[in-house]
Amino acid sequence: MSSNDRELHLTIASRFENIELVQTVVDDALREQGVAEDSRHWVGLALREAVANAIKHGNRQDPGKQVEIEATVGTDELTLRVLDEGAGFDPRSVVDPLAPENRFRTSGRGIFYMKRFMDDVEFGTSASGGTELTLRKRFAPAQGASQER
Amino acid sequence: MKIEKRTRDGVTILDLGGKITIGKGDVALREAVHQTQSDGATKMLINLKDVTTIDSSGVGELVSAFTTVTNRGGKLKLLNLPAKVNDILQITQLITVFEVFENEDEAIRSF
Repeated sequence: MSSNDRELHLTIASRFENIELVQTVVDDALREQGVAEDSRHWVGLALREAVANAIKHGNRQDPGKQVEIEATVGTDELTLRVLDEGAGFDPRSVVDPLAPENRFRTSGRGIFYMKRFMDDVEFGTSASGGTELTLRKRFAPAQGASQER
Repeated sequence: MKIEKRTRDGVTILDLGGKITIGKGDVALREAVHQTQSDGATKMLINLKDVTTIDSSGVGELVSAFTTVTNRGGKLKLLNLPAKVNDILQITQLITVFEVFENEDEAIRSF
């Protein structure tokens, strides 16, 4: 972590409309660090999927339960941690959305997209027993100080 | 998300704009497709030209709409995929499931 990194800590109630707020805050921080719009779009989508899963599958849309989002926003790397108050999650239970038998499923693609758009996706267990999801993305080195990446 | 419905040569066209994402956009799309089916439409063209973001829930709704319409003997096709929506469908290999057009006249003629 460098002195230019920004640390963000958000706590939201388990409502889908709060995803917009989280993405906007992280996107603003990425923009300030000079990260290009295209990279911000895909990272933002991964973040949306992570928070949506925490709300839907972790906290079962119970607005009394919270989702915590911690972000370390650097010029060349983003780390996101998303924690819920659910019963935990076994990533091995996720089916392959590319398998022919799953092609027409209406759900089950969120983690696949996260893995596609981020460099690292790690599932763990939070202190409360819920899911702690860590996402990392490294951005290409800048060509110039003022150039977006 | 914004949805506008129009009919042309017997094809119902849903013009979508904004975000097809969990909680709002996906629900709006589901309701619009169901309403269109309830009105008796069997030829449906979803115009995604002004869609800025689609997440896995939005993709799920497109798949659901496709299977629902197809299972009832209808046809559902896609029009004007923005690059990022195209990427999302490519990644999960769903692009091969849908018939996709870049030209509305051509899409209409295909039904």
